[in-house]
Amino acid sequence: MDSVTTSGIESGGTEPAPVLQRAPGPRHVRAGFIPLVDASVLIVAAELGFARREGIELDLVKDVSWSNIRDRLTFRQFDVAHMLSPMPVAAALGIGSNPHPLIAPMSLGLGGNAITLSVALYRQMQRSAGLSGTESAMENAFALRKVVEERRANGEPMLTFAMTYPFSSHNYEFRYWMGAAGIHPDQDVRMVVVPPPLTADALAAGAIDGFCVGAPWNMLGVEAGVGRIVATKADLWAASPEKVIGMRPEWAEANLETVHRLIVALDAAARWCDTPGNRDALAEILARPAYIGAPLSILKRLLTGEFMVDPSGVSRSVPDYFVFHHGAANFPWRSQALWIYSQMVRWGQVRFDERFVDLSASAFRPDIYREALAGTDTAMPVADSRIEGASDGPLVVPSLGGSALTVGADRFCDGRVFRPDAIEAYIDGFEISTPLRHSFEDGTV
Amino acid sequence: MSQAPLRIAVIDENQVRAAILEDGLRAAGLTDITIIRETQSLLRRLVALDPDVVIIDLENPSRDVLEQMFHVSRMVSRPVAMFVDRSDTSSIEAAIEAGVSAYIVDGLRKERVKPILDMTISRFNAFSKLQRELSEARSALEERKIVERAKGILMKSRNLSEEDAYRLLRQSAMNEKKKLVEIAQSVVTAASLFGK
Repeated sequence: MDSVTTSGIESGGTEPAPVLQRAPGPRHVRAGFIPLVDASVLIVAAELGFARREGIELDLVKDVSWSNIRDRLTFRQFDVAHMLSPMPVAAALGIGSNPHPLIAPMSLGLGGNAITLSVALYRQMQRSAGLSGTESAMENAFALRKVVEERRANGEPMLTFAMTYPFSSHNYEFRYWMGAAGIHPDQDVRMVVVPPPLTADALAAGAIDGFCVGAPWNMLGVEAGVGRIVATKADLWAASPEKVIGMRPEWAEANLETVHRLIVALDAAARWCDTPGNRDALAEILARPAYIGAPLSILKRLLTGEFMVDPSGVSRSVPDYFVFHHGAANFPWRSQALWIYSQMVRWGQVRFDERFVDLSASAFRPDIYREALAGTDTAMPVADSRIEGASDGPLVVPSLGGSALTVGADRFCDGRVFRPDAIEAYIDGFEISTPLRHSFEDGTV
Repeated sequence: MSQAPLRIAVIDENQVRAAILEDGLRAAGLTDITIIRETQSLLRRLVALDPDVVIIDLENPSRDVLEQMFHVSRMVSRPVAMFVDRSDTSSIEAAIEAGVSAYIVDGLRKERVKPILDMTISRFNAFSKLQRELSEARSALEERKIVERAKGILMKSRNLSEEDAYRLLRQSAMNEKKKLVEIAQSVVTAASLFGK
């Protein structure tokens, strides 16, 4: 709406300007973000001029909570925002506070999360399960189960684990990992929310025994000597979406050209972030206080996927710890919105309903992404949806335009396969789940 | 719902703002108010308090903690919804703009909660205005100090009266189409470069 009025004023006449005419001046787009490494694409688009090249003045506004991001977007203080991929799905389903529809026409990349446990808890797992320190994410989960059972037998209090928001990849990943090892996240442990910047302190103070959060907070917990990384997002489900760019559907409709240009700018920024030779420069941008303000050395290491997982010095190399562009990393797969919905049902956040399946899928908008990047170098998958968790390795998939599209391994840590056309059976297949919490659902749905 | 006095929890790390809000709520006849300044063990304190209304400022990252607590946790006995009435978007919008959010126990009548929300919004806005005025006053004071120093430098180095020194500054500002304080600042900077 704004851009149309602006062009009318700037053309100087009293006649209304034609709607499709290109506005002469830059369009201002206000974008909210949370200081996390997975906001890189948005930050780089503003910082290195990719947005300006598309005629967009991208004003970045740093915020402190996902609730604020949601409300400021809903009530028009932001035009677009860096958000957790489950947030637009929750909004489409009308769950959570202020559920106003939001759409995600682009993903900001894959990876970045990890599960960190307190060093004390991990040492207990080592003693109980004889861990050497090089075990896989699943072996660590089974060791945790052993400790949970021992603690119960000894009458010790339940472990408390933290994530960042009820509708977050962190919540579903942490739960998925525990569930895969037979730990019930709503019965065997207690789940709470701790804001990312407070995670290391909460761990040090003994207020929590572990957390799942995005970079750089896991590494900062290890560097502070209080945390032990036991799993990364790539171990749990490498192809899973992390953050998306969210917007109000009516804003997108009224500013479709701006949305397209923004996606072109973000695509270029994502390509830049993905280039290995640019990672040091990216770390330097992120280290600025205006963005993340974390130590440069830690940012550099985690962007290359080489980082310490244990304060004793044990390191890991996770080559695809961050994927910003390649392998259709920015494509908003409808099947992934549906997987998110399946986990919401699994953990009692919303009921299963065929109507909700369509609503969930509609939160991700591959159609807008396709339109914006049609005719560019960026390879586009042919389908909007796929079977998730069925590929073991680099796989060339049918694509439209651009170069050939190769997608990486996308197995879930427990080997399950998600078919978007059989969601109910998938949900029923989990031995561990939580019945619907009636107080949770809003009366409007 | 009984007519027992409403219990209100205010989570705000800013002591001055919390005091301004508390004052307003008391003036409106609400007496059961608890201010929570630090957010460590926030959940435990809220569960113990069992408030009808929770008010939190938007600068506080613990807002996400509340969302989880109110919607998913089994720790609270009563369901809590955000704001009074979801159809009342203008008042939600006003709150977000003022930088505050409120969570209210389900089932409370709108007439009882609306005045609280309105008071909160107006007190938050009053606080922002106060802060703005304070920072304007501070920068005005700073500017005056710079002009005074520039005047002193000119009086000494060019042997001018105070009035002439001021006139010279103002004339230069007009000639160069700059603000008086900018000219004064360059005089001060130049003087420091020349070691005066």
